[in-house]
Order: sequence, then C-alpha cells, then structure tokens
Amino acid sequence: MTNLLTGSSLSAVDIKRLLATARAFAQTTATGKAPPHLLSGQTVALMFFENSTRTRLSFETAVRRLGGSSLGFSSGGSSVQKGESLIDTALNIKAMGVHAMVIRHSSSGSPALVAQAVKTSVINAGDGFHEHPTQGLLDAYTLEDRLGDLQGKRVVILGDVLHSRVARSNLHILSRLGAQVTVCGPPTWIPPISPELKIRTAIHPDEVLRDADAVMTLRIQLERQGLAQIPSLAEYREFWGLTAERIRLLKPGTIILHPGPVNRGVEMDSEVADSENSVILDQVQNGIYVRMAVLASVCNPDGLERWLLGEGHHV
Amino acid sequence: MSKPNSILIQNGRVIDPSQNYDAVADILIVDGKIAAMDSPGKIPAARAQKVMNAQGKWVLPGLIDAHVHLREPGLEYKETIETGTRAAVAGGFTSVACMANTQPVNDNPAVTAYIREKARAVGVCRVFPIGAVSKGLKGESLAEIGGMVREGACAISDDGMPVMNSYLMRKAMEYSKAFDIAVISHAEDANLVAQGVMNEGVLSSELGLRGNPSAAEEIMVAREIALCRLTGARTHIAHLSTALALAHVKRAKEEGLSVTAEVSPHHLTLSENSLTTYDTCCKMAPPLRTDRDIEALQKGLAEGVIDLIATDHAPHGIVDKAVEFDHAANGILGLQTALPLTLDLVHRGIMSPARWVESLTLKPAQLLRIPHGSLRIGADADITLIDPEHEWTFTTGEIFSKSHNSPFLGAKLKGRVTATLVGGHLAYEIHSSQSESLK
Repeated sequence: MTNLLTGSSLSAVDIKRLLATARAFAQTTATGKAPPHLLSGQTVALMFFENSTRTRLSFETAVRRLGGSSLGFSSGGSSVQKGESLIDTALNIKAMGVHAMVIRHSSSGSPALVAQAVKTSVINAGDGFHEHPTQGLLDAYTLEDRLGDLQGKRVVILGDVLHSRVARSNLHILSRLGAQVTVCGPPTWIPPISPELKIRTAIHPDEVLRDADAVMTLRIQLERQGLAQIPSLAEYREFWGLTAERIRLLKPGTIILHPGPVNRGVEMDSEVADSENSVILDQVQNGIYVRMAVLASVCNPDGLERWLLGEGHHV
Repeated sequence: MSKPNSILIQNGRVIDPSQNYDAVADILIVDGKIAAMDSPGKIPAARAQKVMNAQGKWVLPGLIDAHVHLREPGLEYKETIETGTRAAVAGGFTSVACMANTQPVNDNPAVTAYIREKARAVGVCRVFPIGAVSKGLKGESLAEIGGMVREGACAISDDGMPVMNSYLMRKAMEYSKAFDIAVISHAEDANLVAQGVMNEGVLSSELGLRGNPSAAEEIMVAREIALCRLTGARTHIAHLSTALALAHVKRAKEEGLSVTAEVSPHHLTLSENSLTTYDTCCKMAPPLRTDRDIEALQKGLAEGVIDLIATDHAPHGIVDKAVEFDHAANGILGLQTALPLTLDLVHRGIMSPARWVESLTLKPAQLLRIPHGSLRIGADADITLIDPEHEWTFTTGEIFSKSHNSPFLGAKLKGRVTATLVGGHLAYEIHSSQSESLK
C-alpha cells in the first residue's frame, strides 16, 4: 500500500487484512510484548492543517510504538491563509527527509493533491467532508470486536451525515464488510448517496433505533452552524439527539459509537456517553492499533509481512 | 505591417451561413476587404499578389468568441491582450469580446478606452470590450453604461458575479435599451450556490465537495426570462450548463422573447466525472454537469435553441490552480481548443457544418451587433481556414496563452486552424512542422 487516501478505494480483502493486522498488534500488546519496530529509522510527518487532538495523538502514539519518529504541526487555518501553498509546505517537509505524511486538511482532496504533487506516501487523517479512512477502519474494528462478523449487522449512523467525513468512510468500509447501514438525520443533513452502496436512509431515529445492533452518533459541528441547517441545537436534540430517554428503544447489547469529541447534551446525553452501551473509549484505544496497521502497511510492508509470518498470524 | 494588398484563396469549401453559402469557391481579398467570391478558377490569379491554396480545407468567416477573459488590465500574470489575442487567432478567432472582471473593473469609459487602445496597439485580432452591469461588479449600482458604449463596449455583463438584486438587473435591462446592447447574464443564484464548487449530486457527496445544484442556474435563467418579458431588453444567457435551464430558454424563444443563449465547449464535452481526481483544471462556474445535460446541450445547440458557442476562455496561473480544490480559481482555457472540440459534433453528425459555423460566426456577431462574421463582398476580410480532418495533440508547446490551465492537455483532437486572416492580414498560419502530418 503506497497511500491510504480513501476508504472507498479499499476492497473487502484490503479492509480485512488491515483489521487483522491491527488485531495482531493488539494481541501482542495484550501479552505484554513490545510491538515490532517496523518504523525503525523512519520519520512520519503529522501535518494537521486543521486542529485535532485525538487523531494526532493517536497517530503519534502509533508511530512511536512502531519505533519510528514523528514531527509535525497542528494549526487552524489553511496554508493559503499562512501565505504558503499547500504543495510548498509539503515539499519543504519532504525535504526534511520524511518517509510518509499524515495529513488532515479542511479542503476535500488535499491529501490526494499532496500525494500527486509531492510523490510521497500519504495517509489521509481527514479531508474536508470527504473521508477519514482510519476512523472508518477503527470503527469497523470496534464493531467487529463487539458484534463479530458484520455481515447483516444493522448499523445506524445518526446526525450530520452531509458534513461528515467519518460517515463517508464508514459507508464504504461497513458496506464492504456486509453491514446493513442506515443513515438518519434531519433532511438538510442527508446527502445523495450512490445506490450501489445500498444504504438506507431514515429521517426519524425512533423508526430505526429499535432494530439497530450499533448506533454511530456523529458530532454536530458547532463551527459549521453559520449556514441555515437546523433551527437550533435544542430542536436537534429533541428530534435527533441520542437522549437518555431515546436509548430505551435500543435492544440490550446495542453498542453506541461516537468519533469524538462529544458535545454532551447536544447529539448525545451524558448518561448515554457514559452508559455501558458506549464503546467510545474502546474506539480511541483501537484507533492506535488500526493506525499502526496502516502505518506499517504503508511504510514497511515487507517487514510487516515477515513479522506477521514469524508471529504465526495469517492475515 | 507590410502585407500584400491582394490575396486569392483558391479551391476551399466556403461555408458562410450569413449568405446561406456552402460550395467550393475562390475568394479575392483586396485592401483588407472581400472583393470577390466566385466558382473555382473564375477569378484570375493575376489579380492577386499572393495565392493561398485551400484545397481540402474549409474557408469560414473569422470565428467570433463572445465570451473571453483577457485579464488586462490588472491581472497580466494570467493573460494579456497580446497573449490572449495570439491564442485567439491560433484558435481561428478573429474577434473576441472580453469580460469586465479586470482590475480595475471595466465599469467606466476610461477602462473601456484603455482596453480598446491596448488592443489596437498590441492585439492581433479584434477586441470588443464588454462593460460591467454594476460598478465594481458589486451588484449595487449601475456602471456608466452609456460612456462605455461610447468607447466601444458592445454588451454589458457582471460575468463571474451574478447580479442577485433583481431590481438592479431590471434597471440595467431597461437602461441597456437606450444603447441597443445585450445584457449578458451569468445565471447562477449565488445564495443557492452557497459555497458549492462542483455539480451537486452523488459524486459531489462522495468527493466531499460542496455541491452547486443545477437549480441555481434554472432559477436565475427563469428570472432573467421574466425580466426580459418585463423590459423587452436583449437578454443573453452565458454558458448554459443544464438541461432544465435550456428548457426555460426554449419556452422563452417560443414565446418570442428577445432571449439568446451560449454554451461553452467544455460544457458540451466534459461531465462532472472529470472531477474524481480533484483536477482543479475542471473547476468552473457554472460547474461541469452530467452526461444527460451534455446530451441536451448538444441537441439544443444543433437545433439553434442555444444560439452560439462561446469559450469562456479563463486563463489562470499555477498559483491559482495548484492549490486545494476549494481554493482553486474557476475556469479553463478555451480559445485554442474550441474549434476541434465542437467540430467533433459535426464529425459525429450531431450538427450540420453550416449550423456549426453559424454558431461561431453569424450568431455571436448578431449578439454583439458587430459588422463581422460574414464573407459578403465589401466586408472586412476576417477569414479562418481550417483542415477539418487534421489530427493533432494539444500540448503546452502549442499554447499561446500565458496560462496553461486546460484539462485537454495531451488530448488528441481532430480539426485544426491552418490560417487566420484579420482584415486581410495573415495573423496566424500553422507552421511547417505542425502541418507535416497534413495529408
């Protein structure tokens, strides 16, 4: 794998292989062994043109556990506003001798632009409304971890799907794994979706929560509320929020995911975020193994192959 | 400029829709004017100082592009009047009308006069400025329309910045009637476009790019038609891009309203599917639409519901395009690729040669009310010679523009200009290495 730009470009085989690799790292860690230093001598640039805490620290941890070093920045505002073009920024960082770039950017397609212009390995850490493939992979990992094989499992993605790169990556990855995905939210937030993906749509959550095996609640992007999208956050919570009352509709054992950060009391009540159905912190933990799998596949595929064989993992 | 004051063009297929003419003929040019046109061999070669053999070629009235951006004054790093007009003649155009979104904006007689003067000094084809509708393209108050017309403006438009205030647009249309000029509308509802950067649909959703729904164009075209009915002004819709807006134009024409429309070569040939790699050379306003729209636009053009082809030639520098898709400027080069891209519709039998020539000559001349686009005796000898069968590859080496923003670089094209005459002067001729592949 040279790059990871999208979930949509991953086949079911690719996805299963990445998830199995992530599981292998998790098992190694669980037995108290150190993970293999597959990134030894390599430097990964963490280029966050949009503020991030969780994803950046997760990638940083993943790099370190694999014995690599990282450098990077996290800044609000685009490179254009700083006066330097994105391509120039990337060329400069490449000249510092990095082996791969992890990029987050507010404009869709920016990681692809860098991959093409700079000819270096790029991992997309979230671009605009487009995709956030490692989030999609860690969500799939978490779902499989709790629910087993996803074939036929019912997953509801609830909230602002239109502006969600997390949702887009999940639509592709979860449907490739055979899950039956329903997107639910106010009509202003439901985008057109290719019929090929066989995604169901629902407006009212109560209609789809009863049968769900998992509910993935999206973050309401408070910073994007300048446009006329919903009348108020209170109204959103009333009709679409995952409230303490609404989760009573769920079957026992239905798990609740959220990519974070959670706006408690808006898309999800505190009681829900902290409930035993919530797997939000599992997602964070699993994210490290998934990102280790992605980094190792991009930066040292041969070494990864040898390690997996040596450890007796067949992925 | 020293030039032979008489040229004889022999044995070409002359297609001149202004005279319903389509036959092999000889044309004699004397002192920059069409002096005679007759059956092959009827005009003695001795009457001309220079003879051009047009055997196997088409001889057309010089093409007219009613919609280009020459970027001068103010944005000379993208294009100048000199480079833009060189690109024009290389593409077969002998007249271009340039939009007002320069810096400063062409919203007053001084800027119009500057463009005319500069074009006279360094331009290699005719340049007709289009004045702004509103001061500074701000959509708030009328530009000095009369003064601009006095200095040579041939239409008004806030192209690039839709006039959202319907009252101002109404007044512009009413006022334009005093000067018998067309009001050209960039028909997009800017509020509905919002921050859209490509056609809205499944693909924009998949790419995570903000969508610009075709309804934004339909609404504005419907408004312009309503205002045309209200005011009686000559109303022209620039770069039509959707099947449904085309249907509005069709109904307006059936009603007898003074509405005309243009389509760009790229909207006739490229769909939104060109955007899957986030190629900023395919970012434009209005955006590339769907195959269904392309098919409707081709049919609309062939039938004459869409009057004319205009390139919307929009040069941009690398700094404008090699950036994030959201930040990239709108528009692509058009002048040097328009001919082969649209001639393809003739090759494929979608439109007749005469209708194709009309859409690039007579119709834009009528829109701009300029005395060109015809090979009538006495007319200025603006003539374009083309080899409709010549196959070639469009490369950066071919580009006369200052900018290189074209998604057609590397494309194999069929049909090529071999010579362009402006007022009897040979402004462009294909050079020998390019013509070697000619049979």
